[in-house]
Amino acid sequence: MADLNKLTIADARDAMRKGDLTSAELTDACLSEIEGAGALGAFVHNTPDLARDQAKAADDRIKAGDAPDMCGIPLGIKDLFCTKGVASQAGSRILEGFIPEYESTVSQNLLDNGTVMLGKLNMDEFAMGSSNETSVYGNAVNPWKIDDRQLTPGGSSGGSASAVAADLCLAATGTDTGGSIRQPAAFTGITGIKPTYGRCSRWGVVAFASSLDQAGPMTKSVRDAAIMLEAMCGHDAKDSTSADLPVPNFEAMLTGDIKGKKIGLPKEYRMDGMPDEIEALWSNGADMLRDAGAEVIDISLPHTKYALPAYYVIAPAEASSNLARYDGVRYGHRAKLGQGDGITEMYEKTRAEGFGDEVQRRVMVGTYVLSAGFYDAYYNRARKVRALIKKDFDDVFAQGIDAILTPATPSAAFGLGEMENADPVKMYLNDVFTVTVNLAGLPGIAVPAGLDAQGLPLGLQLIGRPWEEGDLLNIAHEVEARAGFVAKPQKWW
Amino acid sequence: MSIDIETARKVAHLARIKVEEDRLPELAENFNAILGFIEQLNEVDVEGVEPMTSVTPMRLKRREDVVTDGNMPEKVLSNAPDAREGFFAVPKVVE
Repeated sequence: MADLNKLTIADARDAMRKGDLTSAELTDACLSEIEGAGALGAFVHNTPDLARDQAKAADDRIKAGDAPDMCGIPLGIKDLFCTKGVASQAGSRILEGFIPEYESTVSQNLLDNGTVMLGKLNMDEFAMGSSNETSVYGNAVNPWKIDDRQLTPGGSSGGSASAVAADLCLAATGTDTGGSIRQPAAFTGITGIKPTYGRCSRWGVVAFASSLDQAGPMTKSVRDAAIMLEAMCGHDAKDSTSADLPVPNFEAMLTGDIKGKKIGLPKEYRMDGMPDEIEALWSNGADMLRDAGAEVIDISLPHTKYALPAYYVIAPAEASSNLARYDGVRYGHRAKLGQGDGITEMYEKTRAEGFGDEVQRRVMVGTYVLSAGFYDAYYNRARKVRALIKKDFDDVFAQGIDAILTPATPSAAFGLGEMENADPVKMYLNDVFTVTVNLAGLPGIAVPAGLDAQGLPLGLQLIGRPWEEGDLLNIAHEVEARAGFVAKPQKWW
Repeated sequence: MSIDIETARKVAHLARIKVEEDRLPELAENFNAILGFIEQLNEVDVEGVEPMTSVTPMRLKRREDVVTDGNMPEKVLSNAPDAREGFFAVPKVVE
C-alpha cells in the first residue's frame, strides 16, 4: 500500500483488521512524514520510540482479535494534554521542562483503545490565540499556501490542524474554548468537532477557561470524527463537570438519512461586510441540506452580537484564576532572583518571563474584571448575558430545530504576521461564529465545504442540541458527502 | 471607563506580573481597546436574569469524604524548580 499516512482512521482500521496493514507500517509512514515536515512547525515534541512500542502492542492486540476501532491508529496529541513522561508545555515558556507524572483522562482513554502517540502538537500559548502565533515554539504553518505567502493554520489547535491536513498523522486531538478546534479545521480543510460541555473529561488538560474548555477530535472525515470522539469521551469521576451519560456508538448513527430534520439559519450570523464567498458557501450548504430532504428554516438568535464581548470577560476572568498556579514554586520556569528579592518578586519576575504578551494581557484583563468594584459591572453582567445567549438556543431547539447551519469562520486563512500590528480585538473577531457554541455548552462541528477564489479551504459549521453529537455528526456527514470536498494542499514542505 | 497608567500598574501587581514602566502606556492602551469592546454588554437588558453558574443543568456528584490519593511526595516534587528534603523551597517569606 502506498502513502499509508494519507489513510483515514476508518480505512486504516479496516485494512488492519483484514491483515493488509500493520500499525507498525502505518506508524513508520507517519514518523518519516513528520521527519520531513519541520517547516510546518506542527510537531514540537516527537516520541518515535514510544510510538513504535505502542504500534507493536497494537498489532499484537489486533492479531488476538476483538480490538477497538482506534487500535493501532497513529495520532498527534495537542501540547495542552498532560502526557505521562512526555513534555507537556501548553505552548508556554512557563512550563518549560515540565514532564507530567500522570496522563490526562482523554489521552488515557485513547491509549486504552490502543492508539499510538507520534508526539505533541504546537498550539497558541495556553490555547489563547486564533493563529498559532503566540506559541513559545514558534508558528505552526498551514500546509495550504498561495504563492510564497505563509498562512496561519488557525488557532489555538494550529499544530493539530496543520498535522492532519498535511497527513503527518491520521488524526489529532484538539481543544476548543472559543473556536480552537473548529476555526483551524476550517482554515486547513479538515473536520473538527467540539462536543457538548461535559462529554470529554477536562482532567489533565491544562486549564484555560474551565466553564468553556472541551476536547475533541480533528480528523480527515466526519466518519473519523465519530469514531475518535467515541474513544475520547465518557464519564470521569476526576472531573466534577464530566457528564455521567452513556456514550453512543456515533459511527453507527451515520445513517445517511436526514429527511425531515429541521435546520435553522440564524439571521444574526449574516454580518455586515461578510465576503460574498462566505455568503455563497453558506447558501450552498443550505441547498445541500434541502436536497437531502431536510427542512431549512430562518431563525433568530438575538443576543449573538454580545457573545464575543461576554466571552472576553468570562474567558480572561477564568484564565486569571486558572493561571495563578504558575508561580515558579511547583513546576516549570522560575526566574533567577536578584539580591534581596523576596517571594513577591519571584512571582512577578517568573510570570513576566514565563508568559507571552497575549497571555499576560488576558490574565490582567481577567484580574481587572474580577477586581473589587468591577466584579458586578463586568463579570456578573457577562454571566447574565451568557445566560441569555444560551436561552436563545434553548428557544429555537424548543421550536423543534434539530441543528443550526452557519459559516465556520468569517474568512479563509490569513497570512502569518498580518495581524501583528492590529488591535487585539481584531484577532478576537475570528471566533465570531464559533464562540456562541462554547458559551451555550453545545456541540459544534466544522466541515470543509469548498474553496475560495484563491483556492483556500472554507468550512461550514453545524451546531447541535446538547448531547446529540450523533445526530449532529449524521447531518454533517450528509453535508460532507454533498460538498464532495477532496482538495488537498500541494506539498511544498 | 478609561484605564490610566496608574490603574495598569495596579492590575499588573494584582496579577503578579512584572511590567516595566516604559511598557505601561501600551498596556493601558490595550486594556482600553478590550474594555471598549466589552462595554457593548451595557446595551443588553439583563433585568431579572440570573448569572449563569453551570452551562449544563447538572448536580455536582457527591462522594464519600475519604482519602483516595497521596503518598507520593517524590512524584509531587519531581517537577519543582527547587525542592529540598521533601519540600518545595522558596525565598524567605517572613523576616
